[in-house]
Amino acid sequence: MARIRSVAQPLLLALAVLVLWEAAVRLFDVPNYLLPAPTAILADLARRWPRILGGAWITGLEILGGFGMAVVISLPLATGIAFSAWMARTIYPLIVAFQVVPKIAIAPIFVIWFGIGWISKLTLVFLLCFFPMLVNNVAGFRGINPEIMDFARSTGANSWRLFWRIRLPSALPSIFTGLRIGAVNAVTGAVVAEFIASDRGLGYLLLEYNGNLLASAVFATVFVLSAIGLSIYYAVEGIERLAIPWHTAQRQSEKVGEQT
Amino acid sequence: MSGVPIRLAAAAKTFRRGTQTTEALTPIDIEIAPGEFFAVVGPSGCGKSTLLKMVAGLVPATSGEIAIAGGTVRKPVTDLGIVFQSPVLLDWRTVLGNVLVQLELRGLDAASYEPAARRLLDAVGLKGFEDRYPFELSGGMRQRAAIVRALIHDPPVLLMDEPFGALDALTREQLRLDLEALWLAKRKTVVFITHSIDEAVLLADRVAVMSPRPGKIDRLLTIDLPRPRGVTARQLPGFTKVVDDVTNLFLERGVLQTTGKLSLA
Ligand SMILES: Nc1ncnc2c1ncn2[C@@H]1O[C@H](COP(=O)(O)OP(=O)(O)OP(=O)(O)O)[C@@H](O)[C@H]1O
Ligand SMILES: [Mg+2]
Repeated sequence: MARIRSVAQPLLLALAVLVLWEAAVRLFDVPNYLLPAPTAILADLARRWPRILGGAWITGLEILGGFGMAVVISLPLATGIAFSAWMARTIYPLIVAFQVVPKIAIAPIFVIWFGIGWISKLTLVFLLCFFPMLVNNVAGFRGINPEIMDFARSTGANSWRLFWRIRLPSALPSIFTGLRIGAVNAVTGAVVAEFIASDRGLGYLLLEYNGNLLASAVFATVFVLSAIGLSIYYAVEGIERLAIPWHTAQRQSEKVGEQT
Repeated sequence: MSGVPIRLAAAAKTFRRGTQTTEALTPIDIEIAPGEFFAVVGPSGCGKSTLLKMVAGLVPATSGEIAIAGGTVRKPVTDLGIVFQSPVLLDWRTVLGNVLVQLELRGLDAASYEPAARRLLDAVGLKGFEDRYPFELSGGMRQRAAIVRALIHDPPVLLMDEPFGALDALTREQLRLDLEALWLAKRKTVVFITHSIDEAVLLADRVAVMSPRPGKIDRLLTIDLPRPRGVTARQLPGFTKVVDDVTNLFLERGVLQTTGKLSLA
């Protein structure tokens, strides 16, 4: 029951906002190029569907590719930083320093280096995902309760067992925080990279539609982009629920005002 | 597995952080016989937990020597079961999983210990909670799961840091009786830390009374009450006398005061 309500309530609210929006646009006769009505956006989405879908494929692959690369690289790197004093002293400070560089500001350089194809897009998405993931992974590995480590050491477990049975599970909640931030950043990264230089993808379409004052087409594209972002975000949450049920259950049961 | 001797020779601990130093334990000499039940009582902050972790090899002694079964302790000792002051269960494992992890980490066949684990959990009143996660348990239930985790591999040495601290009076009494029975059957060497003078005297062969920080052993009392002490030992004159002695010692040291100071006026 609570499950259904937790999905139904926000949906109903969204529906109410859409109805209000539609009513307001009609009532005050707002011109389409300023703020199109939801029905107009929907109609435009249907009309331009093949093109938008094509762009969505491109942008979606950029998002997934950059995100995936960030996961694959940040996890082993964070493990190294957390467990090797040498790496923590040498590599980590550099990474933290580089984290402050506004990645979007240097994105145009990627176009000069890598051209307007896949590589410049993947690079920006990767960078926007990589840093929050790495920092959260490292924090997860470092944040383990020292008394749990005391217990584990008293069993004489080797480093392999310590990692898989103690360190990694204890770091997972923090690792998933990084993944969720990465999921959001990845969408921004892909669109911005396409804004900077591209000849395809949803970011490219957005620029084109905006240039032609096709507001309802712009909104339709943004809608599809958000849908992609939401799917990735919820996919991460779903995996999180499977991977760390103890944590999600704990969070659920501690939620203020939870009704059962 | 029955007990082995533990020896502390002038073992001391000073914590250092930057220029700040805390002298937690002044040099301590103790000889604990194989299979002895050794209790430690003392005021909060006198270094009891530190002492226990030093014996376990989890905190290095600043000076002096500690030996278990004749071998000098230089790294974490694995031939023991340890109950920490807080339960330190793994959030990501069920109660049963938390007990079995003791065996998995040791590379033992956890599945073959499962019946024993279930039996022990039943014995501490956790039947029906085997598949619950720690966050679903009360503090006392978590502590009981941690006790089972320290027993499951049948170690020769048991180190227990206020294991019954989070329990209600009744469960506490029950577990004390169970622990005495277990000890009588197995004769493990037990180092048992507690705030309860009663509990120490009812359980131990010897009680070490510690002074406030920096901790040292103020008095060593031999408890000569017949076993099993069960619930009736409290009525023995010997029991009352030892408890009085310890209480008086705490009064002398100012650890206990008869005039209440906890007033807001
Ligand atoms: N890791 C540490 N770093 C610095 N000081 C510490 C550390 N652990 C303990 N101490 C200090 O050592 C002293 C003894 O601490 P300990 O935890 O052993 O006391 P305790 O007798 O177990 O107290 P309680 O009965 O409250 O558990 C305290 O003054 C404490 O501040
Ligand atoms: Mg303590």
